[in-house]
Amino acid sequence: MILHTLISYEVLRLIWWLLLGVLLIGFAVTDGFDLGVGMLLPFAGRSDIERRVIINSVGPVWEGNQVWLILGGGAIFAAWPQLYAVSFSGFYLAMFAILVALILRPVAFKFRSKRDDAAWKARWDWVLFIGGFVPSLIFGVAMGNVLRGVPFRFGTDMHIFYEGSFFGLLNPFALLCGLVSVAMLLMHGATWLQLKTEGPVAERARGYGSIGALATAVSYLLAGVLLWRFVDGYHLTSALPPDGPSNPLLKTAELHGGAWFDNYRSQPLLWLVPALGIAGALLSWLGQRVRRPLLALLASGFAIAGVILSVGVSMFPFILPSSLDPHASLTVFDSSSSHLTLFIMLVVTVIFLPIILAYTSWVYSVLRGKVDERAISEERTHAY
Amino acid sequence: MDLDIVDLSRLQFAMTALYHFLFVPLTIGLAVILAIMETVYVMTGRAIWRDMTKFWGVLFGINFAMGVATGVVMEFQFGMNWSYYSHYVGDVFGAPLAIEGLMAFFLEATFVGLFFFGWDRMSKVAHLVVTWLVAIGSNLSALWILIANGWMQNPAGAAFNPQTMRMEVTDFFAVLTNPVAQAKFVHTVSAGYTVASIFVLGVSAWYALKGRHLQLARRSMTVAASFGLASALSVVVLGDESGYLSTEHQKMKVASIEAMWKTEPAPAAFTAFGFPDQRTRETHFAVHIPWLLGLIGTRTLTKEVPGIEDLVASAESHIHEGIQAYDALQTIRAARSDAEVPAQARADFEAHSGYLGYALLLKRYVDDPRQATPEMIEKAGWDLVPPVFSLYWSFRIMVGLGMFFIALTATFFVLSARRRLDAHPWLLKVAVFAIPLPWVAAEMGWIVAELGRQPWVIEGVLPTAVAVSNLGATTLLISILGFVAIYTVLFVIEMKLMLKAIRKGPAEHPSPPGVPHAKADAEPAVLPRNPLGASS
Repeated sequence: MILHTLISYEVLRLIWWLLLGVLLIGFAVTDGFDLGVGMLLPFAGRSDIERRVIINSVGPVWEGNQVWLILGGGAIFAAWPQLYAVSFSGFYLAMFAILVALILRPVAFKFRSKRDDAAWKARWDWVLFIGGFVPSLIFGVAMGNVLRGVPFRFGTDMHIFYEGSFFGLLNPFALLCGLVSVAMLLMHGATWLQLKTEGPVAERARGYGSIGALATAVSYLLAGVLLWRFVDGYHLTSALPPDGPSNPLLKTAELHGGAWFDNYRSQPLLWLVPALGIAGALLSWLGQRVRRPLLALLASGFAIAGVILSVGVSMFPFILPSSLDPHASLTVFDSSSSHLTLFIMLVVTVIFLPIILAYTSWVYSVLRGKVDERAISEERTHAY
Repeated sequence: MDLDIVDLSRLQFAMTALYHFLFVPLTIGLAVILAIMETVYVMTGRAIWRDMTKFWGVLFGINFAMGVATGVVMEFQFGMNWSYYSHYVGDVFGAPLAIEGLMAFFLEATFVGLFFFGWDRMSKVAHLVVTWLVAIGSNLSALWILIANGWMQNPAGAAFNPQTMRMEVTDFFAVLTNPVAQAKFVHTVSAGYTVASIFVLGVSAWYALKGRHLQLARRSMTVAASFGLASALSVVVLGDESGYLSTEHQKMKVASIEAMWKTEPAPAAFTAFGFPDQRTRETHFAVHIPWLLGLIGTRTLTKEVPGIEDLVASAESHIHEGIQAYDALQTIRAARSDAEVPAQARADFEAHSGYLGYALLLKRYVDDPRQATPEMIEKAGWDLVPPVFSLYWSFRIMVGLGMFFIALTATFFVLSARRRLDAHPWLLKVAVFAIPLPWVAAEMGWIVAELGRQPWVIEGVLPTAVAVSNLGATTLLISILGFVAIYTVLFVIEMKLMLKAIRKGPAEHPSPPGVPHAKADAEPAVLPRNPLGASS
């Protein structure tokens, strides 16, 4: 195979860095509203029928949405094997908690309406709440820890050693990032409910969603200030050849206050990325106040994209800094797959991602329209 | 060593994989059966076939949710528990997993919602297309997973890169067209079709015995028997192909399955029965069938099938070569730049790199394989023998069950052709009691394939023992106990829901036998309120 040399290793790595962002955003924007709806379930729905309306608003689509996460996991494995190996094993118990939530969530969807028993249903409602809240929180906390650097190092033959504990993840900055994530997905889920439902459910969602939007903007801004003032960034202290071998031990790096803002200083246009995060949240708030749910949903999607991209942009070229051994930090240019693998994966993605987007849109358009009590009690559909 | 992290990690992986594999074969097979039933509905316009699709669809849905939930666990676990594995082979192994998501799982999971919620929202033909897309998605899913798994059994198209200290793809086409992966794919999906066929056959037989839903039961049995017979035949024939390929690529696996301690003159005999004893290296009470193994394994009367002792002896020389490769590798990695690598080290590495993995086998006994004593090398050689007793019997149970499924589906195929499905109630009872058996066979198949690969996680390349993450035993215990607790509770609930849905049956007001579903077409769903405790 000579074909892959058509695109240089450097460009492929940059493309895969972008695609990593696309997949994370794809997950947060689609499955994000499912998670948000799960968190809102006990509060936005008071009666059983209201709660069934809420669940059925995501009923036909959550399975497909969750594939973004699975695809994200697979793509990180294929394109950034060391990132996958270090982060999944390092955050072991946090990952386990996410898995538990993700196992229970589908099951709760399926099982809740199988018995006409208030206690049974209430139990599954809380499972759905936890299934939405826990992953949202942990994803944010994980992002916060990635920004602070993670205590890992490489031993002989590149064996990975992680020298932190689960409770070490729960530091104030990371918890604030967790709050950003929860607020953001709450806002997103609430705007979805306003689009798909009407009456008291939509009204309550409007209340929670407006608070969520403001909380997103405020907590994100606060996290930015903390990142600037109190969290040391990393910067390279040696050359890092963009087409070098994927061996993270060949460069040097060190901690440096405010280093996560270097990229903005050298490319001021990049400020547009975090600005998108804040503007999106504010626009979503406005959209909810003036009862334009579609606008609010789209704006909240942009907010999510802005927030996630800003993490990547701040850290570039780092993708997983090591607090234990900064030189061993993973960067875009020394922890990817081989040139050939990145190329093959890109070809497959270029072919299939548009197809996925096309049929996903088609499915959403078939399922468009409000979910209301009548639709559920008509029993013509396989309602949850 | 009682809480060894390698053993705990293997325990967790085996447990979660075997559990996941309870749901996968039924999903793969039932999706195709649903598509077949709905095709008949669209072609004939007879409502009973739509009711059948919807009824089996409810059972499909309960099963599908569990498959999805437990599948995420599998994908995350490579990184969580097998971080060195992920680093070492992610460049090759990650790609089929990611492609599975892009090409197959997205298709399956996006359209499965529409399968359940879309009956009244689209035309008959459009819905049929959706059902087929779910079936194609789940089968393609199996293809990519088995390309990944096939590569673990026969790591084709990749080479070790000393600069990055990992395996990298050299020929992606060879990864895709890996003959082991192809054979495994067809064998595994056929097994899935068999699982689903026996499931549909058994449940329908139960209705027939109870005199309920006879229209649905009879037609379902016909579909299940014919589809099941074709599948069961294909499982056995392609299982044979798999065995033939193993003789080429995994000689130790074959020798262990056959408990063949010593090389026999060709053509080797097949041991139909016996109790292999790993300690004394002999098989007690063995019953031999002359020539059979030689025929299956080599398809000749003249080629030898090597025995365990000879394989271990040749492995020791591989280990010595591996140590040379490891030594050269350390020299190469110690050099600060490519130009500084001594030519001799490079040449040594090129010559022996194929056996690098054999040096890593010594890591169980010594940190630096170059310091290994002859005793360690001998021990590592014997480590190459997987647990013979378990393999020997798992294989025989699997094959025996496979033969039984052929007989069972053939019997019902004949009965259905003669329109005498309910002529022999005892046969219906056999079909009901056969329901769990294909699962037993499938799990045994997993054990033969994956336990037979031990001590390697990637055959000849990476030993399982060095592939694990450096986790604490307590951490692993927490996750193992957590999985056991959740999986047990979910299994109980899942079984209850399945049984409830089956007991409830397809409709609250079944038409009496012989009376066609006249009004069914006017009314879109014949399903009752909250159909079958329904949802997708």
